[in-house]
Amino acid sequence: MTTSTPKPPPTRPWRLSLDDPRIAGLFWQIVVVGIAIAIVAWLWSNAVHNLSVRRISTGFAFLGREAGMPIADSWIDYSPKNTYLRAFLVGLVNTMRVAVIGIVLATVIGTLVGIARLSSNWLLSRLAAVYVEVLRGLPILLQLLFWYVLMQGLPAARQAWQPVEGVFLSNRGLIIPSVPLHEANWWTILALVAGLLVLYLIRRRLIGQQMLDGKVRPAWPYALGLVGVLPVLVSYLAGASWGIEFPELRGFNFVGGSTLAPEYFALLIALVTYTSAFIAEIVRSGIQAVPRGQSDAAKALGLKRGFVLQHIVLPQALRVIIPPMTSQYLNLTKNSSLAVAVGYQDIVSIANTTLNQTGQAIESIALIMMVFLTISLGISFFMNWYNARIALVER
Amino acid sequence: MSSVAHVPQDPLPIGRSRAPRTLSGQIIAWVRANLFPSIPSSIATLLMLAVLGKACISLWQWGVANAVWTVSGSDTSACRAAHGLGACWAVIPEKYRFILFGTYPFDEQWRPALAVAIFIALFAVSSRRGFWRKELILFWAAALVAIGLLMWGGILGMSFVTQDRWGGLPVTLILATFGLAFGFPLGILVALGRRSKLPAIRSLCVLYVELIRGVPLISLLFMASVMFPLFMPDGVNIDKLLRAQIAFILYAGAYLAEVVRGGLQAVPRGQYEAADAIGLSYWQKNALIVLPQAIRHVIPPLVNTFIAFFKDTSLVLIIGIFDLLTTAKTAIVDPAWQSFSVEVYVFVGVIYFVFCFAMSRYSRSLEAQRAQG
Repeated sequence: MTTSTPKPPPTRPWRLSLDDPRIAGLFWQIVVVGIAIAIVAWLWSNAVHNLSVRRISTGFAFLGREAGMPIADSWIDYSPKNTYLRAFLVGLVNTMRVAVIGIVLATVIGTLVGIARLSSNWLLSRLAAVYVEVLRGLPILLQLLFWYVLMQGLPAARQAWQPVEGVFLSNRGLIIPSVPLHEANWWTILALVAGLLVLYLIRRRLIGQQMLDGKVRPAWPYALGLVGVLPVLVSYLAGASWGIEFPELRGFNFVGGSTLAPEYFALLIALVTYTSAFIAEIVRSGIQAVPRGQSDAAKALGLKRGFVLQHIVLPQALRVIIPPMTSQYLNLTKNSSLAVAVGYQDIVSIANTTLNQTGQAIESIALIMMVFLTISLGISFFMNWYNARIALVER
Repeated sequence: MSSVAHVPQDPLPIGRSRAPRTLSGQIIAWVRANLFPSIPSSIATLLMLAVLGKACISLWQWGVANAVWTVSGSDTSACRAAHGLGACWAVIPEKYRFILFGTYPFDEQWRPALAVAIFIALFAVSSRRGFWRKELILFWAAALVAIGLLMWGGILGMSFVTQDRWGGLPVTLILATFGLAFGFPLGILVALGRRSKLPAIRSLCVLYVELIRGVPLISLLFMASVMFPLFMPDGVNIDKLLRAQIAFILYAGAYLAEVVRGGLQAVPRGQYEAADAIGLSYWQKNALIVLPQAIRHVIPPLVNTFIAFFKDTSLVLIIGIFDLLTTAKTAIVDPAWQSFSVEVYVFVGVIYFVFCFAMSRYSRSLEAQRAQG
C-alpha cells in the first residue's frame, strides 16, 4: 500500500452556538483569558495607586544607588559603599557557592548512602535506612536551625577543636588550610581544564575510530601529556607556588587558611544532609530498577565486579535516576534561600534587606524570582541535555 | 585418572542451605549471613558497632544519665551546671504549652487541643480505604468548620480569639490542611487545563505551574507578606495568616497539579474515547471516568507531596507567623532558657517526625497494597 497523506476531515460550516466544540473552545478561552487579564489589571491598578499614595518610587533605578549594607561573607570585593547592584551580585555568588558545592556533596553522600542501603551487611543497610528516614522526616528549616545552634555552641576560637592538624572547628566556623591562588596558579588551573577538555575530545575520536575498525587505540599517552605534563609545564613557566597555608591562632582570631563561616557551614550541612537523604532513595530505587538478570548475565560472562557496575548496571540505573535527581538539584537550590533564617547573605537575604531599606518590594521580589527562574531553567536544560545523551538509544 | 571412589557422596552443598534447628543456631546463622559474611564486611560491622556503641553511650549520658528533668520555677542553675554534659529536659514541661499553642489564652487552650484532635481524627478517617466516598467531602467540610469555630470562638459561650493570638501546632496543621483542601481541587483543575486542547488555557496553566515551581517558597511567602497589601484596594486589610494561607494554596496547587497530571497521563486513551463515545460531556468524562482512575494511580506520590508540604509550612517562621517551629524558637528567647535550644528543637522535631513518619509508612503500605494488586 502506498503511503497516502490522510485526508483532512471535511470542514463543517461554523455554527454560532456553544454546541459547536470549536465555538465553545474559543468562547471558554476568551472567558478564562479575559478573567485572568481583568484580575491582573485590577491588582496592577491597585498597586500603582498604593505606591503613589505611599510615595514609593518604582523602577530599577535604586540598583545604582549606594547600598550601605555590610556583607560579612563575600567572595568578590564589596564594601557598603558599593551599589545595590553589586550587593545583589555578591548575593548571587553566595547563592551559587552554597548551591553548587551542596549539589556536588549531596550527590556523593546520597549515592554512597543509597548503595549502603542495598548492602548485604544488615547493620550498614539499617543505618542507612535510619539516616534516610530521620532526615526526610524533619523540616529542613528545623534542621538548619539545629545545626546553627550547634555551631554557636562550639568553643571559642582559643579553645577550638582541632580534629586534624591545621583544621579548626570553633564558633567562628570551620577553618581549613588553603592554597593561596595567585595569577600564575589560575593559569595552571586553566591549562588543566583545557587539557581535560581536549583529552575528552581526543578520547571520543579514538573510540569512534575503534568502532570502525575494531583496533584498540590507547588514550593514556594523550592523558599523560595533556593532564600531566602540560599543567606542570605551565606552572613552572608561570612560576606558580603551591605552598599550603596553615591557619594559625593569633590573639582571638585565626590568620591564614580559609574560613567557612558558621552560617555558611550550617546551611551547607543542612542542605547536603537533607538532600542526600532524598538522593539516596532515588539511587536505591534506580539500582533496584535494573533487572537482576543484567548483572547475573554480566557475571556469567566473566566480567569483573567493577566493570559490571560501571558498564552494565549504572548506565541503566542512570536512566531512572536522572529525572528525579534533577528535581532534587532544583530543590536544593531553592532551599538555599533558607539562608535568610540564619543570616547567611544569599540573594534572598540581600533582597530582603534591600526591600526593608528602599521599600521597593515589587522590584526586589521580582529580582529574586528572575534569578531563581533562570537558575531553575539552566539546571533543567543541562539535566535534560544529559538525560537525552544517556537515554536508551533504540533501533 | 580419577577413580569412582573419589567422587563425593553428596555433591551438592546442601549443608549451607539447610536451616539450623535450634533457635540459637538460627540466630548464629543469621548473624553470620547478615553481619559477618566476608572479611571486609566483618571489619565494617565491627567498626560500625564500635562507633555506634560510643555514640549510644554519649547520647545516653547526655540525654538520660546527666540530664536535668525538673527545676523549680525559672531557676535554671542546675541546668547551667550540667550544660554541655547533659540535656536540660526541664525546659519542656516549662514551655510546652507555649510551644504547642503559642499565645492562645491559657485557660482556653483546650480549644486548640481539641482542634488538633479533630485534625488527627480527620487524617485517620481519610486514610481508610473504606471511607473513600463522596460523604468524606462532607465530613471534611464539617470538620474544617468545627475547627474554625473552636479556634475563633465567639459562640456557645466561647470567647472570641483573634487570629494573631493563634499559634503552635494548630497553626501548622491549619496551614497544611487548608492548603491541601483548597490546593487539591485547584491542582486538579490546573492539571486538566494543562492537558486541554485549548492553547490559551493550556499556556496559562503551564505559566502558573512553572512560575510557582521555579521560585523558592520563601519568595512566595515574601510576596504574601510584603507585596500582597500593595495589590489590594484601600481599606482592604487581609490578615497575615490568611495571606500566607493563600500563598500556600497557590503553592500546593502547582505541585499537586504536576502529580495529578502524571496520573492523567497514565489513564489509557481508550477510556477517554469510550467516554466520548457514550456521549459524556467534558466534565462528566473527567469526573466520572478519568479522574477516579488517574488519582488512584498517583496516591503514593500524592502522600509524598503531602509530607513535603507539611514540612514546608515551617517556612512561615521567616515571615513571622507563629507556627510550631516559630513558637519553639520564641520559647527559648527567654534569657533563663536561652542556651537550651537543642532540647526544644528535639521536642518539636519529634512532633514533626511523628506526623511525617506516619504519612510515609502509610504511603509505603499503599504501595505494597498496589504491588499485590
